[in-house]
Amino acid sequence: MNLHEYQARDILRRQGIPVPPGEVATTPAEARAIAQRFGGKVVVKAQVHAGGRGKAGGVKLAKTADEAEAHAKAILGMTIKGLTVHKVLVAPAADIASESYVGIIVDRTSQRPVLMVSPAGGIDIEEVAAKTPDKIHRLAIDPRYGLFPHQALGLGFALYRDVKQARAAADIMQKLYTAVYATGASLAEINPLVTTPDGTVQALDAKISIDDNELERRPDIEAMRDASAEAPAELAAREAGLTFIKLDGYVGCCVNGAGLAMATMDLVKYYGGEPANFLDIGGSSNPQKVVSALRIITSDPNVKSILFNIFGGITRADDVANGIVQATREFPLKVPMVIRLIGTNEQIAVEILKKAGFTALTDMDEAVKQAVAKAKGKAA
Amino acid sequence: MSIFIDKSTRLLVQGITGRDGSFHAKQMIEYGTKVVAGVTPGKGGQSFESSVPVFNTVAEAVQQTQANTSVIYVPAAVAASAIFEAADAGIALIICITEGIPVLDMTRVLPYVHERGARLIGPNCPGLISPGKSKVGIIPGGICKPGKIGVVSRSGTLTYEIIHQLSTQGFGQSTCVGIGGDPLIGTNFIHCLAAFEADAETTAVVMIGEIGGTDEQLAAGFVHETMKKPVVGFIAGQTAPPGRRMGHAGAIISGASGTAADKMAALQQAGISVMKRPADVVPLLKERL
Repeated sequence: MNLHEYQARDILRRQGIPVPPGEVATTPAEARAIAQRFGGKVVVKAQVHAGGRGKAGGVKLAKTADEAEAHAKAILGMTIKGLTVHKVLVAPAADIASESYVGIIVDRTSQRPVLMVSPAGGIDIEEVAAKTPDKIHRLAIDPRYGLFPHQALGLGFALYRDVKQARAAADIMQKLYTAVYATGASLAEINPLVTTPDGTVQALDAKISIDDNELERRPDIEAMRDASAEAPAELAAREAGLTFIKLDGYVGCCVNGAGLAMATMDLVKYYGGEPANFLDIGGSSNPQKVVSALRIITSDPNVKSILFNIFGGITRADDVANGIVQATREFPLKVPMVIRLIGTNEQIAVEILKKAGFTALTDMDEAVKQAVAKAKGKAA
Repeated sequence: MSIFIDKSTRLLVQGITGRDGSFHAKQMIEYGTKVVAGVTPGKGGQSFESSVPVFNTVAEAVQQTQANTSVIYVPAAVAASAIFEAADAGIALIICITEGIPVLDMTRVLPYVHERGARLIGPNCPGLISPGKSKVGIIPGGICKPGKIGVVSRSGTLTYEIIHQLSTQGFGQSTCVGIGGDPLIGTNFIHCLAAFEADAETTAVVMIGEIGGTDEQLAAGFVHETMKKPVVGFIAGQTAPPGRRMGHAGAIISGASGTAADKMAALQQAGISVMKRPADVVPLLKERL
C-alpha cells in the first residue's frame, strides 16, 4: 500500500526527523486558509499515488493566498496517470541550499534492508542510478544489529562535508531505519533531503510504501488507506479477496494462481489477442469469489470475451463451476465465455457445467485460441 | 535419486490440526509420505487420524520421533515464529507453505535459519514432491509421474500446468520444487539447479520464472558457468505492466532487469532453451535430450 506524501511526512515527524510544516486541503477554500496562516510563498502539491507530479502540473508555487486557492482549484480533480487528485498539501516554500537522497528498500539479492544515499537528490533515483551510478552509496544493513552509528555517519559524510550536517543526516538515517521496522515499510525515501541557507538538514518530501502483508497487524497504518486513490474495480476486487489489475485489452481473464494468470495473459497475446485484466481468484475455493470475479470482469465495457483457466489443486474445480453457474443466473452474460478447467474434482465440475449448458475444455492453448477468436467475433 | 526429499524423509507437520494443515496432512499420508508427527500448541498428546502423534512443541516432536523435515501450514501472523522454532529444534529442511509473511520478518528469519545450517523452502510456496517417494506440501500428487526431469518454479498452479504437460507426454519427474513467489525466500533457483546437477537420476531441468527481481538472471549465469545438464526455461509476465504487483509479492517490474524480455534474453544467452508458452516444454526437452 502506498502512502501519500503528507502521511509519510507525518510518520517521519513522529520518528523525530525534522520535516518542514505543511497541511492538507481537500477544497480550494481550505488551501487558501492554510496559505494565509503560513503567510508568504507556499507550494501546493497534488497528493496522488503517481510519480512525475511536477511534470504533470500537480505542483505549483503560490506567492499569495489568492494564488494558492487558484492553484488548489486547478489541481484538485485533475488526473495524473489515470488517478484523480482529491487532496493537496500546502507547505511554506523553502529556501533550499542543496538537495540529496536518502532511501531504504528491502533488497532481494542481499536479503537485507539496504540504505541508499546520494548527493544527487530531488530527481528520480532510478535516473541517478542509470546516468551517474557512482553518485549512489549503498549499505546492506544486518537486521540483527541494526544500523551502526559509524555506518550512518560514514554515509552522512558522503552527503555533506560539514560535520554538523553529516551528523544530522546520520541521525535522520537512524530514524528512517527505525521507521521502516515500526511501520512495516517495504520502501521509505526522503527525496529531497535538503539543507537550508542557515545550514539545517530537513526532509522536504517523503515516500513510503507499506508491505501489504503488514497491514493485518498494523491497524493504525491500514487506517491511512485512501480508498479514493485506488481504481474502483481494483478496490472491489480487494474487498472480495481477489487480486485484480485492469489492462487495456478485451479478453477478460479469470485464473487461479498468479503465475498461471500471467502465463494465461501471455498466451492471449501469443494468439493475437489482448488481455483485459490480470485476475487471480486465489488458492481457497469459494463459489462466491467466482461470482465477484465475473461481476468485476463484466463491468469493463472493453471486455469482448471471458476466459476461465483453472488448474485445480487447493482450488476445487467444482467450486469454480458452481460459482460460474450461480453468477450467470444472477446476471446473464452479454459476451461469450470459454472455460478451461482441470484438476481436483474436474469430473464433478464438468457435470455441473453441462447441466447448466456450458462445455469445459481441458487444453489451455485451445481455450485461449477460442477466447481470442470469440472476442474478435469469429467462430473458433 | 531425487533432491531434498525421498523415502528417508520423516515429516513433521506444524499446524496439523488446522484447516489447511489437516487436509494436506491426509493427502501427504495417502501419497505415502512418512508423516511422523504433528505440532499444535495445546493439543499435545492427541493423535491425528489415529496414527500421527501430536506434540505441543517442535523440540518435543523431534526428540520423540526423529523428524528431519518440517512443513508449515500455520497462519501468516505466526509463521515466522514457526520457522524460528523448527530451526531451533534442529530440523534440517523446513518448508513453509504459508502466504503473507511480512518481508521484514523474513530479513530476520533467513540469517537465523542459515546460521543453524538448515534449508528453508518458501515461504508462500507449494512445497515439493519426489514422485513415487515423498510429497511435502500441496502439489497434487496425481499429476506427477516418477522420472528424470527436475522442475523448479517460483509459481504454484503454473508449475502444475507444466508438470501436467510433462506427465501426459511421457516425461516423469525426479523432483518438482516450488520455491515461492515472495521477494525473500530461503531456497533460490541456483540452490535447486546445483542439486539437480548433482543428482544422478535427473537428466534435464525445467525452470519456471516470472517478472520481478534478478533471480532468473543469476540462475542463467550459474547454468552457463556450471551446468552440463540441459535446462529449459519459461518466464511468466510478458504482458505485465511495470510498477504493478502481479499477485505474488515478488512479481513486480521495478527497473529494466525485472522484465520478462530481459530475463528471457538472459536465459537464451546462457544456453537455456526458452519456451514461449507452457506447451513448448516437451518439444524443447526433446530437442535437448
